[in-house]
Amino acid sequence: MIKLRNVLALVAILAAINASSADEQSIVLASTTSVEASGLLEHILPQFTAKTGITVNVVSQGTGKALDTARRGDADLLLVHDPEAEQQFMDEGHGSTRRQIAWNDFIIVGPSADPAHVRGGSDCVAALKAIAASQAPFVSRGDKSGTNAAELRLWKMAGQTPDLLIKQKWYRDIGGGMGQALTAASAMDAYTLSDRGTWLSFNNKRSLIVAIEGDPRLLNRYDVIELDPRKHAGAKLAAAKVFADWLVSSDGQQAIGAYQVNGQKLFNPSATSPK
Amino acid sequence: MVATAIAAGVSLPIGAALAIFRFRGRRIIVVLINAFFGLPPVVVGLALYLALSRAGPLGPLALLFTPTAMVIAQTILAIPIIMALVHRASERAWARYGDELTSDGATKLQAVPQVLMIIRADLVTAVLAGFGRTISEVGAVILVGGNIRGLTRTMTTTIALQTSQGDLSLALALGAVLVGISISISATVFALAGGARTAGSDEV
Repeated sequence: MIKLRNVLALVAILAAINASSADEQSIVLASTTSVEASGLLEHILPQFTAKTGITVNVVSQGTGKALDTARRGDADLLLVHDPEAEQQFMDEGHGSTRRQIAWNDFIIVGPSADPAHVRGGSDCVAALKAIAASQAPFVSRGDKSGTNAAELRLWKMAGQTPDLLIKQKWYRDIGGGMGQALTAASAMDAYTLSDRGTWLSFNNKRSLIVAIEGDPRLLNRYDVIELDPRKHAGAKLAAAKVFADWLVSSDGQQAIGAYQVNGQKLFNPSATSPK
Repeated sequence: MVATAIAAGVSLPIGAALAIFRFRGRRIIVVLINAFFGLPPVVVGLALYLALSRAGPLGPLALLFTPTAMVIAQTILAIPIIMALVHRASERAWARYGDELTSDGATKLQAVPQVLMIIRADLVTAVLAGFGRTISEVGAVILVGGNIRGLTRTMTTTIALQTSQGDLSLALALGAVLVGISISISATVFALAGGARTAGSDEV
């Protein structure tokens, strides 16, 4: 019994230390790996914190996991990019408002040797068909992220069934973030679907090149979702709203649009004219 | 660091006590501790994640995605390692000196610190092993800490992140620093413990 009491006392002390040291004004933002890995949040968050004093703690996960984290009540705000999964989240009553903040596009990247002969095209579905036909290696995120969901939608358009795809030897489901998928693709000379932001800020491209871009079906939208107080009373919704409002404000939109890597704009602000 | 200290604080007396006291279920506990030696960090992370989640039993403490959650995870991971090593050393010491230690009328409880004194050089190894576990751990801390920049990002999780972003040189540099820290800490501790080792438990 003494042991149990000690453990409980320890937990209580730790909780107290944590409560006293933690900034009152801090929120947990569950976000996708792409906005974190692309460096966007690192670029805009200091501006927001300087203005409002609110610290945003970013937990970057795939969109699917980020939504689950919020469902469990472990996040105060969401920044994600999977329209279908987001709609489901809203339908379940977890979210109160959902607003688009920016867009960019997905691209299909692949080895410069281009074994499936798809380089330079803009039809992503035709390209996936060619990749499947030539059985060229393809890396899938396999992590229920927004990019993974987009990839599976495109495969369906190309006449493939996701359940059968994972049995194919050339289809490599790595279960990891965007950066890991790019790392794997560059190591295995494989094709993969990437968001443009992560691709542009990725530093280990080796022989990877952009094979397909410019297809309207490759649109990638980022939404900020506030949680419904009826389901998430414990979340810091007021501070979360301040951040959500800032993201769509002209200040926030300007900060997003100003973010560049190697002179290239990664995200197109779109709060006023959602795509 | 904090995790290692807490883990050591808990493990040292219990490890020694397990060697000295005889009671029912002792063997099972010893077996369990040794089994937990190889406790997969992700499993600890997952269990703790579920417990600390706002929807979980310890949810009201709001500890998920905080440094405290990481300390708890690392403490849980370090305890079995330290405890098992302390227990083994204590058992040997107790077998050798047990009768002497209790012959002057001292109770078994009073013998616990005595045994710990005898095996103090082994304690260094045990604590270092625990420290090695906490400093090199990624799986559990990334789950319960969330790898939040400036709050719960550790050197190991930074290395994982940089590698995934393709910044291999930065990841490698950080790895070198981490290994350097590890080596220098253990070198320092062994240098400090050098006196103790020659004076004490070389017989063990």
